[in-house]
Amino acid sequence: MALSTSRRINHILKPLSAAVSSTRRLSSDSTATITVETSLPFTGHNIDPPSRSIDTSPKELLTFFKDMTEMRRMEIAADSLYKAKLIRGFCHLYDGQEAVGVGMEAAITRKDCIITAYRDHCIFLGRGGTLLESFAELMGRKDGCSRGKGGSMHFYKKEGGFYGGHGIVGAQVPLGVGLAFAQKYSKEEYVTFAMYGDGAANQGQLFEALNMAALWDLPAILVCENNHYGMGTAEWRAAKSPAYYKRGDYVPGLKVDGMDVFAVKQACKFAKEHALKNGPIILEMDTYRYHGHSMSDPGSTYRTRDEISGVRQERDPIERVRKLILAHDIATEKELKEIEKETRKVVDEAIAKAKESPMPDPSELFTNVYVKGFGVEELGDQESHSRTILSFIRVAPGVKLTGLMMLSDQCI
Amino acid sequence: MGGSSFRRIGKLASISSKNQSCRGFSSTVETLKKTDQLTPTKSVNLFSAINQALHIALDSDPRSYVFGEDVGFGGVFRCTTGLADRFGKQRVFNTPLCEQGIVGFAIGLAAMDNRAIAEIQFADYIFPAFDQIVNEAAKFRYRSGNQFNCGGLTIRTPYGAVGHGGHYHSQSPESFFCHVPGIKVVIPRSPRQAKGLLLSSIRDPNPVVFFEPKLLYRMAVEEVPEDDYMLPLSEAEVLREGTDITLVGWGAQLSIMEQACAEAAKEGISCELIDLKTLIPWDKETVEASVKKTGRLLISHEAPVTGGFGAEISASIVERCFTRLEAPVARVCGLDTPFPLVFEPFYLPTKNKILDAIKSTVNY
Ligand SMILES: Cc1ncc(C[n+]2csc(CCOP(=O)(O)OP(=O)(O)O)c2C)c(N)n1
Ligand SMILES: [Mg+2]
Repeated sequence: MALSTSRRINHILKPLSAAVSSTRRLSSDSTATITVETSLPFTGHNIDPPSRSIDTSPKELLTFFKDMTEMRRMEIAADSLYKAKLIRGFCHLYDGQEAVGVGMEAAITRKDCIITAYRDHCIFLGRGGTLLESFAELMGRKDGCSRGKGGSMHFYKKEGGFYGGHGIVGAQVPLGVGLAFAQKYSKEEYVTFAMYGDGAANQGQLFEALNMAALWDLPAILVCENNHYGMGTAEWRAAKSPAYYKRGDYVPGLKVDGMDVFAVKQACKFAKEHALKNGPIILEMDTYRYHGHSMSDPGSTYRTRDEISGVRQERDPIERVRKLILAHDIATEKELKEIEKETRKVVDEAIAKAKESPMPDPSELFTNVYVKGFGVEELGDQESHSRTILSFIRVAPGVKLTGLMMLSDQCI
Repeated sequence: MGGSSFRRIGKLASISSKNQSCRGFSSTVETLKKTDQLTPTKSVNLFSAINQALHIALDSDPRSYVFGEDVGFGGVFRCTTGLADRFGKQRVFNTPLCEQGIVGFAIGLAAMDNRAIAEIQFADYIFPAFDQIVNEAAKFRYRSGNQFNCGGLTIRTPYGAVGHGGHYHSQSPESFFCHVPGIKVVIPRSPRQAKGLLLSSIRDPNPVVFFEPKLLYRMAVEEVPEDDYMLPLSEAEVLREGTDITLVGWGAQLSIMEQACAEAAKEGISCELIDLKTLIPWDKETVEASVKKTGRLLISHEAPVTGGFGAEISASIVERCFTRLEAPVARVCGLDTPFPLVFEPFYLPTKNKILDAIKSTVNY
């Protein structure tokens, strides 16, 4: 993940690591091979699972730590911004699930495509999006990744192969299969990761998509992020078989510990190779969201606090990497704390910048509905009315377009 | 739209229910008479009124069922609170996340002479079920030569703007369904209306799509009879009598229109405000009679203007009242854009937009 933070933190860490490199400790940007084992074995469906042992390096371990820390920090900050009413609309946070986004990214290239649902902030970061673009989008500002027009659920990044950010549960999966068809047709060796939740796994269109992908041997990898709840509904209440990796029947599947970034990376690498040769595969990522479903859900009415704290204590993806870093003597506890502190700073700076970003121009209300000049008036059927609105907005005295709340109906 | 204007709508809704002489957002005199015998009443909000109706529906007919995403826990808007406890998980249950399946299942259940009351969590999510509604539910009776039907089907779904819902928690898709002979489309404006109209919809021998104004779930509070009562479908209601212009609307938009009427009155314009309540089949006669009196018509809805139900009302009334019209029919509606995130207040047919249109129509 080519994030500015990563670079900055690397920079900070360098002298620290250099200072100790004369000792037996590995340098933090060393690419020396370290072999780790996944927390659990993979379980395959109609396929022999990959090996549990994975090669990594001090550099990769630290990158994973930084990237996941940054994602978590961003989500926690988004929570506060929402409570401060600077973010409106619907907002779904990803903390707890970071290993899925980061592990997947580590196994693929930006020419591979990712498409997901509304829990999309961190996937966007993983694809090379910036904190500023994220916060600005969350606050509906001009510098947002969708120019402030999409909000939390609609992050996109074309150059990063990120097809977004979809609000209708399950709808993105057939789209992903279409992307995979285009990839296969172009004979480039790339794949599409189509992500969906355990709740979405019960949507009919998922099975339609799966059949098409299998029928035409498309390089589509269906990634079920099983965080065990679809809103307030536990997986077993909604699915006769919550073994989502098996639900493709004729499509092979793999169950993966989605809290272990190395297991995710290994599975995604394996899946990509498989998909390019044989067609679709399902990866079920066993994961967990710490926050409630969205900001209106405290997340504690349908699951126990013990359950949440149990996962935090025993399976947290960041803690797992922290332990590995310490065990391999790659950085000290203090250095990792320093990274966390720096991440906080970088996130706060991005928020401050995002707050300064203006609201989109009111004319953006009418843009991108159709392609300009293709037979339809830019301002739609009520053109004269729309023009009036626009001119009114522009001249209305005392109207500062810097926040939603200021758009009171007295100016319209 | 800021929080303050929300509160104003709430107040209006509750004030007018107390002040029954002005009829505002309470029922017609006729239905009031009917429902007034059904004392006692209780001051409740719209989601509680829906909840009462569902309790009564389940209680009064053992062959009725309530289901949908998370309804077993009370639903995201609390409309189904307590139902599973009272009537059991056999009759009130959660479904998986699969709208097409939910509605198809409901049609089958209704075809066996049951009352299937399905919830679609947001109207924005009704589209996966569109095929089932349009092709299965609406045509079942017709194509089977009346051997089969799914008249016991009622689909409840929250619609409309709430201030910051963005693209997929704000839409008003009613007009898609108004193009489908064989189903009814009903939209209440207040708690008392919601309870009576929902009970009628559930008991109506035709499939009904019942859109609930989610903005009003908590905000609108009104005296609602605790007993079982029904309000007639396909009967519009004159909420405010006037002589200069007729305004037609439904659901949450009526309270905005009411505000515009009140402002217009200050400037000496007398508005007649009509709540259509049932969009198909709709009460053309009430609207026609009003327009023949006032000579002017304005329709307002949140859905985009093009192809909105306002277009149908406009065309029909022009056919019926052409020689009586003194100005073109005005439509003050959502803009022809997707429902926007940050520019919701510009998109919506606000009070001032309506007021402008009232004036320009009257001064045409
Ligand atoms: C078609 C549709 N139906 C319902 C919803 C409302 N909704 C949004 S998220 C969600 C739960 C999805 O759960 P899951 O797929 O497990 O994803 P998670 O939120 O856990 O990431 C529901 C019911 C929707 N957005 N789209
Ligand atoms: Mg889930």
